[in-house]
Amino acid sequence: MLPFFSPQDEITFVISFIIGIAFGFILEQAGFSSSRKLAGVFYGYDFVVVRVFFTAAITTMLGLIFLNYFGYLNFDDIFINSTYLWATAVGGAIMGLGFIIGGFCPGTSVCALAIGKIDAMIFVGGIFIGAFIFGEAYPIFKDIYMEGNLGRILIYDTLGISQGTFAFSMILIALIMFWGSYFIQKKISKKEMKY
Amino acid sequence: MKEKKYMNPYLAGFLLGLIMLSAFVLTGSGLGASGAMKRSVISCVDKISHEHTSNSEFYSKYTNKETHPMKNKLVFLVFGVLIGGFISGAVSNRLKLKIEHSPKITSKTRIIMASIGGILFGIGSQIGRGCTSGAALSGMATLSTAGFISMISIFGTGYLLAYFFKKFWI
Repeated sequence: MLPFFSPQDEITFVISFIIGIAFGFILEQAGFSSSRKLAGVFYGYDFVVVRVFFTAAITTMLGLIFLNYFGYLNFDDIFINSTYLWATAVGGAIMGLGFIIGGFCPGTSVCALAIGKIDAMIFVGGIFIGAFIFGEAYPIFKDIYMEGNLGRILIYDTLGISQGTFAFSMILIALIMFWGSYFIQKKISKKEMKY
Repeated sequence: MKEKKYMNPYLAGFLLGLIMLSAFVLTGSGLGASGAMKRSVISCVDKISHEHTSNSEFYSKYTNKETHPMKNKLVFLVFGVLIGGFISGAVSNRLKLKIEHSPKITSKTRIIMASIGGILFGIGSQIGRGCTSGAALSGMATLSTAGFISMISIFGTGYLLAYFFKKFWI
């Protein structure tokens, strides 16, 4: 049964390092080391974020579903993040604000830092400060951090549909978004200057 | 030499999906970035004052354990991202020290915005238990409800507020 290794196996660290190299390489190759390219998703001049993000999520999702279906992997054996409804929503909103102001997220900022973007170095410094603020002011944040614990729940159960129906709908929605993104990009590019 | 073109986004997405899938298959969890930064901060604070971290409800969850807070797969993964990004920049001629910003703003403005954005992301990713890679992307791939809430919340807020920050980007 999968996964092959447990989180505390020494080999897990080596594998994670190699996976990280591949992750960073692909992020940079896709253009995620440019904040203006990333921010394009919010203004309609560049949809690379949507295309890469959803293609990746769907690829992994289908892989996991098939491995589970053929009996190689049990969803109970992999890490699935617990849903703390309000913590996730509020944390996400703060991250969204950080994204539109700073133009990066943690993964992409590390990638941009690696190719010499000074703004990314500053952004990473900011993340350290932010995490430190959270750590020091934990008693203030604790209430919201712990709010709305629903446990390890899955989206198709939340929506009350089958796993297959959800996966199919997600692929359909992604395809519609990919298709729609070309129209928006075309329209915006005519109006706005090419960046 | 001229910078090489970026990879086709669907090919990049597919490859990223395979990388994330191998992370699940081999190590049992997906990708992440903010976890490594959190652990770096915690071990720095612990180095300065172990008494302080021991008394903190948050820090002590990581420091009062047998294993060092930095001995975590995400820390190794983010070191890998640094190297992978550098290799990619090297092969595509994109290695260059610069501040990237819209022509409408100065480098100084961009630096201020980047630091504010970073701080917000640092706080938000702690409250939300993970960032765009760990909570949203890996969460969606495992079909966790948290992953979808996180994605909608991050990008939804971005879209809602995009209007007010337009001049900083285009």
